[in-house]
Amino acid sequence: MTISRLNFRAAILLGSLLIGASPALAEAVLHRGNADEPQTLDQAHTSINIEEFILKDLYEGLTIYDASGKIVPGAAESWTVSDDGTVYTFKLRPNAKWSDGSSVTAEDFVFSLKRVEDPKTAAGYANILYPIKNAQKVNKGEVPVDQLGVKAVDDKTLEITLEQPTPFFLELLAHQTALPVSKASVEKNGAKFVQPGVMVSNGAFKLAAHVPNDSLTVMKNPEYWDAANVKLDKVIFYPINDQAASVRRFEAKEMDIVYNFSADQIDRLRKSYGDAVHVAPWLATYYYTFDTRNPPYNDVRVRRALSMAVDRDFLAKEIYSGSQLPSYSMVPPGIASYGEPSKADFADKSQLDREDEAVKLMKEAGYGEGGKPLDIEIRYNTNPNHERVATAVADMWKSTFGAKVSLRNLDVASHYAYLQEGGKYDVARAGWTADYADAENFLALSVSGNKTFNYSKFNNPKYDALMEQSYKERDPAARSKILHEAEAILMAEQPVAPFLTQASLWLVADKVKGWQDNAPDQHLSKYLSVSE
Amino acid sequence: MLLFILRRLASAVPTVFIVVTLSFFLMRFAPGGPFNLERPLPPQTMENLMRTYHLDEPLWRQYLTYIGNAVRGDFGPSFIYKDNTVAELIGKGIPYSVELGSYALLLALIGGVLAGTLAALKQNSTLDFIIMSISTVGVTVPNFVVGPVLTLIFAIMLAWLPAGGWGDGSLRFLLLPTIALALPQLAVFARLTRGSMIEALNTDHIRTARAYGLPAKSVVITHAMRGAMLPVVSYLAPCAATLMTGSAVVETIFTIPGVGRYFVLGAINRDYTLVMGTVILIAVFVILFNLMVDILYGFLDPRVRHD
Repeated sequence: MTISRLNFRAAILLGSLLIGASPALAEAVLHRGNADEPQTLDQAHTSINIEEFILKDLYEGLTIYDASGKIVPGAAESWTVSDDGTVYTFKLRPNAKWSDGSSVTAEDFVFSLKRVEDPKTAAGYANILYPIKNAQKVNKGEVPVDQLGVKAVDDKTLEITLEQPTPFFLELLAHQTALPVSKASVEKNGAKFVQPGVMVSNGAFKLAAHVPNDSLTVMKNPEYWDAANVKLDKVIFYPINDQAASVRRFEAKEMDIVYNFSADQIDRLRKSYGDAVHVAPWLATYYYTFDTRNPPYNDVRVRRALSMAVDRDFLAKEIYSGSQLPSYSMVPPGIASYGEPSKADFADKSQLDREDEAVKLMKEAGYGEGGKPLDIEIRYNTNPNHERVATAVADMWKSTFGAKVSLRNLDVASHYAYLQEGGKYDVARAGWTADYADAENFLALSVSGNKTFNYSKFNNPKYDALMEQSYKERDPAARSKILHEAEAILMAEQPVAPFLTQASLWLVADKVKGWQDNAPDQHLSKYLSVSE
Repeated sequence: MLLFILRRLASAVPTVFIVVTLSFFLMRFAPGGPFNLERPLPPQTMENLMRTYHLDEPLWRQYLTYIGNAVRGDFGPSFIYKDNTVAELIGKGIPYSVELGSYALLLALIGGVLAGTLAALKQNSTLDFIIMSISTVGVTVPNFVVGPVLTLIFAIMLAWLPAGGWGDGSLRFLLLPTIALALPQLAVFARLTRGSMIEALNTDHIRTARAYGLPAKSVVITHAMRGAMLPVVSYLAPCAATLMTGSAVVETIFTIPGVGRYFVLGAINRDYTLVMGTVILIAVFVILFNLMVDILYGFLDPRVRHD
């Protein structure tokens, strides 16, 4: 009797719990502003980050980023690397499933990677996976696609062979180009596999609807292996490419998250919305490069003096309204495997001290007031902000060294083409945005063998040797140390003078939980939730 | 009448053909191409892309292929929005643009004619002055100012209406973009109506009608209006074509999924096929609306008859 009464009570308790819980059962919807219309939802053709945000919610690669921007296991639960660092063996999660309920297999990954490198696919980012054995040759059509170094050992074991040790390979696998497609779906549906109602995906969400230029809706994928921890039922991406319009929709509470807004709004928005305004360093460096082949820029004292005389705080605050942060290192902060970058030795001095030292160095080198005349031409790609930076830098060099500075701008394609083809110059602006979150991506730019991107024609055997060594080093801590040494050389020599680290700008409403700023700028919706 | 329509439609074919040919070659004179990005693509990727989209073939062959496909209703894939063909993109967007454009046209026409008639009847009064000042503002203040100001007031400060989006397509969502889209045209209609109405009111037959002692309302509405509407109707065709093929500015400000932005985006991105698609769309709309206006003319003006 007592037992049944207890049961009765328990039933009532349970019932009231259920009723009490029912408001929580209301759909959790995240309204996510996404800056522009995705050009494609095909992992072979994607190239921009607004596509990345959507694709990484829909699909899960072998490795993924966690909420803090660190690489963690994704569709693969574990992996081993051969002693020489060239063979990666991935164990896929036994419970990894596509949204149609079928199992995610190693063959799906083999198919996806071959599809990206197949020249017939014409994948825009095929080169990011070139470290895979024969990838470049396959992509060039020199060897057949089946020669690609990927193999399904069994249903859940995938083996990838590399051309040479690539310590950041796990980062590359987290790129949107390496996301898998369902072999069955692509073979059946062809190019239509990306359409709502057709798409089969293996991520935390699945595609529900897509009205171009209006919205793209994804819904929780019940087949996802970690579905129990996905808190949102629905995410709606809004492709608003008018920055002012997206801010207005945030202010009207129609958007919970806005990506990218005009930098001149930072102060106003901070006043009104406080912590909802997120300005976080991003993996993008704004720098000036010196043509080290010619005097006076072949003299390290001149390069250092010119670099020191540039007031980075002024550029960051006055020109970029705080949307770029002062920088004294080529590698931006926030890379998990690298930690604090090696800054230039003058980073911690005050600007006044730097200028004093700069004047001294320039005198030693025999240029400027009292020495040989200093005629500098700054080249930059046409853009109002780059022009303002160039004007400010010119002014700083004029006032510090009495230099004669002229400006020369070209459209972006011509500007970079000139530098990449090795044209002669004095000083030129350049920018670099990381393809993957690794220091190597920034430091390899200045290796003497890098014919395309080593604009400064920096040629330092010790630097090259350290970089070479870094590819072979398997121990992450030791590798990080080597890369730090290399960057220290680069910053002492200043063939490139980093000025600014670009920041990513987000508005995140207070009701959104689970958001973490991170340098790779990775924000999977599966880590987010909304509270009413 | 039917013969007239058929003849006009037949003469439209060479017009569209010339427009297509001119646009095709003019566009290729612009420097750069669809795959020239800020960060240059590796040569291998570029080569694969050019081959896939047949951009490595001689221009004349590309042109012949395009014309051949277009005649069969295939306007090619979009170079930028790679998951869609141009026909799909325009097909998905056009219903939104036509719906919004129709509301805007209706608002502009009714509002403009009403305001213009009132101003004409009270010529040189304060009311006339106010209406004409407002319509001057309507013509001169651009969409990209009106749109944000409307949202600022009605969506953010008052929070009565959504700040953007098509939503469920209800009036709540469409009111602000309709007003922003209609306002400049409304002002044009008002000015046109006022001018021709003043002229019509001074004609002999209106003076006669008044002398007969006909009620003022009937003089204005049945007799003066008919003549006064001719210039308004002439303007209707280009106006309808403009409004219904969408406005890049209004669509961007209010996130309307129409086709207006494709013309601008296509041109900026050198998305050749998409630009061609929008050019053809606009040409067809202009031709159709001109035809409709010509037919309408026959009813309004007894001097124009199409039989």
